[in-house]
Amino acid sequence: MLDDKDRIFTNLYGMHDRSLAGARARGHWDGTAGYIQNGRDWVVDQVKASGLRGRGGAGFPTGLKWSFMPKESDGRPSYLVVNADESEPGTCKDREIMRHDPHTLIEGCLIAGFGMGANAGYIYIRGEFIREREALQIAIDECYDAGLLGKNAAGSGWDFDLYLHHGAGAYICGEETALLESLEGRKGMPRMKPPFPAGAGLYGAPTTVNNVESIAVVPTILRRGADWFTSMGRPNNHGTKLFGISGHVNNPCVVEESMSIPLEELLDKHCGGVRGGWKNLKAVIPGGSSVPLLPADIAKDAIMDFDWLREQQSGLGTAAVIVMDQSTDVIKAIWRLAKFYKHESCGQCTPCREGTGWMMRVMDRLVTGEAELEEIDMLLSVTKQVEGHTICALGDAAAWPIQGLVRHFRNEIEDRIKYQKTGRVSSIAAE
Amino acid sequence: MLRRLHSEQPDSFAFTAANQAWAEAQLTKFPEGRQASGVIPLLWRAQEQEGWLSKPAIESIADMLGMAYIRVLEVATFYFMFQLKPVGSVAHIQICGTTSCMLCGSEDLIGICQEVIAKNAHEISADGKFSWEEVECLGACTNAPMAQIGKDYYEDLTAEKFRDLLKAFENGEVPTPGPQNGRFAAEPLGGLTSLKDKTGEAANGSVALANALGDTIKRIQGDEVPIITKPKPKTKTAAAAGQGPTMLDGPREGGGDDLKKIKGVGPKLEADLNDKGVWHYDQIAAWTEAEVKWADDNLVKFKGRVSRDDWVGQAKLLAEGGDTAFSKKVDKGDVY
Repeated sequence: MLDDKDRIFTNLYGMHDRSLAGARARGHWDGTAGYIQNGRDWVVDQVKASGLRGRGGAGFPTGLKWSFMPKESDGRPSYLVVNADESEPGTCKDREIMRHDPHTLIEGCLIAGFGMGANAGYIYIRGEFIREREALQIAIDECYDAGLLGKNAAGSGWDFDLYLHHGAGAYICGEETALLESLEGRKGMPRMKPPFPAGAGLYGAPTTVNNVESIAVVPTILRRGADWFTSMGRPNNHGTKLFGISGHVNNPCVVEESMSIPLEELLDKHCGGVRGGWKNLKAVIPGGSSVPLLPADIAKDAIMDFDWLREQQSGLGTAAVIVMDQSTDVIKAIWRLAKFYKHESCGQCTPCREGTGWMMRVMDRLVTGEAELEEIDMLLSVTKQVEGHTICALGDAAAWPIQGLVRHFRNEIEDRIKYQKTGRVSSIAAE
Repeated sequence: MLRRLHSEQPDSFAFTAANQAWAEAQLTKFPEGRQASGVIPLLWRAQEQEGWLSKPAIESIADMLGMAYIRVLEVATFYFMFQLKPVGSVAHIQICGTTSCMLCGSEDLIGICQEVIAKNAHEISADGKFSWEEVECLGACTNAPMAQIGKDYYEDLTAEKFRDLLKAFENGEVPTPGPQNGRFAAEPLGGLTSLKDKTGEAANGSVALANALGDTIKRIQGDEVPIITKPKPKTKTAAAAGQGPTMLDGPREGGGDDLKKIKGVGPKLEADLNDKGVWHYDQIAAWTEAEVKWADDNLVKFKGRVSRDDWVGQAKLLAEGGDTAFSKKVDKGDVY
C-alpha cells in the first residue's frame, strides 16, 4: 500500500486547510519559479521521463503531447485547456482535486502552460459542479492576489493568466474538440481530426487539452523527480493514480494509490471489501462506463493499470471502479449505460445518433427477456457498425460495454430469453 | 431528445444590475472578438435568476454578445442543464440515475419523486413548489445515491432520508447538503485508510461554501458575493494613445514605399498601415522605443511583431537604399 508520504493529493478529503496558506504548508508552490527557470525543454523532458500517461482515460503520454506544441509562435498565441468536464459515469476524482486540493491543479497549470509556451489557460469545468467551481475560483483569486498568476507569475518571469469556464450538462464536452467548440460558445459537437488541437485548437490557435489529474500531478513530479514517479507501478504504467470505487463495496471511496495495484488489494484495503465477501462478486467495470466489464473470475486477478486491463479487452479508463455483487441484474446495469449514451450522443454522426438508440432498444428487450436469441448477435453486429465509424470515441464507448456484456454474460442473456419463453432455466437444471 | 421553448413566454427579460455587472466581467475572460465564448455562463446566470430560460432571455443574451438568435437558441437546447420551461418555485430536484447510483438505489428516490412531487419528470407538483427529473451521472459516484437540489449535492441518501429532505424543503428549511450518512466527503465511511492525521476543517469544500453563502435554492440576484473576476486592465491602450508616432494623411510625392519588403509585413498589414498613415520606410526608421511599443500594441494584430521583427532596423537599411536578406527575396519575386 502507498505511504502517505508518497501521496500527491495530501488534502484529498478536504480535512486540512484548503487555502493557499494550507497548500503551501503541505509543500505546494515551493520552488515553482526555479523549475520554470530551468527552461521549457527541461520541464517537458522531466514529464516525459516520469512516464506520466494522461489520466483522463486514453492514457496518452503527457510529455509527448506537450512536445507537439509549436516551439516558436507564428503569431498565434498558444493555449492550455484543462478538461475538468468529469462526466464519465463512475468517475468522481477530479471533483475532489478541485474542491479540496485546487492548488495542485493551479500550480500545474502554470508549469504546463510554460512547458507548452502558453500564456493563457482555460479550465473547463462541468456545469453541475457549482460549488467546486466556486472553490476553484476562490483558489485562483488567491493566487492572483499572491502574484502566483498573472504577469511574472510566481516570480518566474513567465506571464500566465488562468480562467475558469464552465459547461452546462453535456457529457460530449469531455471530448477534447467538443470541449473547444463549447468553449468557443457553440454546441459541443466534436471536430474532425486532423487538424489536431496542437495545430489548430481553441480560436484556431495551438492548444493542448489535458485532464485535471494529469496537470495536477506535474508539480510534485518535478519536485520529487521523475525517478520517484517511475518507482511506482509496472513499466509503462508509472506513478500514483486516483481511484474512485463505487457500487457494491462496503465503503465506497476515492483514494490515491500506486498504479498497478491489484484490484483485490484496492478493494480490501480501502473499501472494506466487496459487500458480502469476494465470493459475492459478480462483475467489475474497472475504468468508468466506457470500458467493458470484467466477470468475477478475471477481476480476482486484475491489476489496475493501462496495459494489464487492455490485455483483458477492457481498460483503465479513468480508474473509476464500479463493483457489482451477485444481487445485481448485470444486463440492466449495462442497459442503463446504453441509455446514458443514447441520451448523450450529440447527434452529429448517423451511426452514433441512430445506433445508440437501436442498442438501447434491443437492450430494453434483453432486460425483460422478451427477445429472440438471434437478437444477441444482431446487437453485436450493430455495435460493430457503430464502433470506429464516428468522428469521436463516443460511438466506441457506447459499443464496448455491450460487447463486454455479451462476451462474458451471454449465458445469462440467453437464459433470460429462454425463461421468458418456456418458464424454465436451463443452467439451473444442469447444476 | 426533443427540447423546445415553452409555449407560454414572458414579455421581457433583464438581468438585475448586479447580474449585468457580473456578466460583463465574465466577458473579459476571453480575447477581443471572442465574446461568444461567454454564452453558456450568461445563459446559466439568467436561469439562476429566473429559475428557467425564456425566449426573451435567450434573445437578450444574443443581443449582448452580438450573436444570431439561432446560435444562442441551439446552445440553449443542446445543453441539458438549461430548463426550457418553468420549474417548481422552491426547487427542481435532479436525481442521478446512472449505473453507480442505480446500483445503490436511485430508483427508489425516483419512485418517491413520482409519488410526492409529480408522476412525470418536468411536471410541476400540485402546490407549485417542486419539479423533478432523472439526470445522467453527476460525478459523485462514491457518494451514491445522490441528488442535486439547487446548487448543492445531497449525497449518500436513503429513501427515508430523501423523504425527510423533501419535507424539510417543503417547510421552508434548507437542510445541510453533502453526505447524509455522517461522512465528511469521499473518504471510506468505515474510517480513514489514508491521510489519517486530520486537522480541523468543519465541513468539506462544497458544504462549507453552501453554509457560508446560504444560497442553495436561492434565485441569484448577483449581489450575494462580490464580483471577483478582475476586468482586464484597459490602461494600456489609453495611456499609450498619446505616444503614437506622427502619421501622414497620404503618401508623399512619388508614392509610398513597398512596406512589404519589411519582414513581418504582408499585403494585408501593408494596407492596414497605409490606412493608419504609415507609408514610408523613413517614418518607421524614426520610431522611438515608446513609439515601437505603441505600434506593438496598436498597429498589428499579433502583439509584439514590430519589435520582434525589428521593423525599425530593417526600415533604416531600406530607407538608405540598402537591402535586407528578406527584401532581396521580395525583389526576386519569391515571396508575394
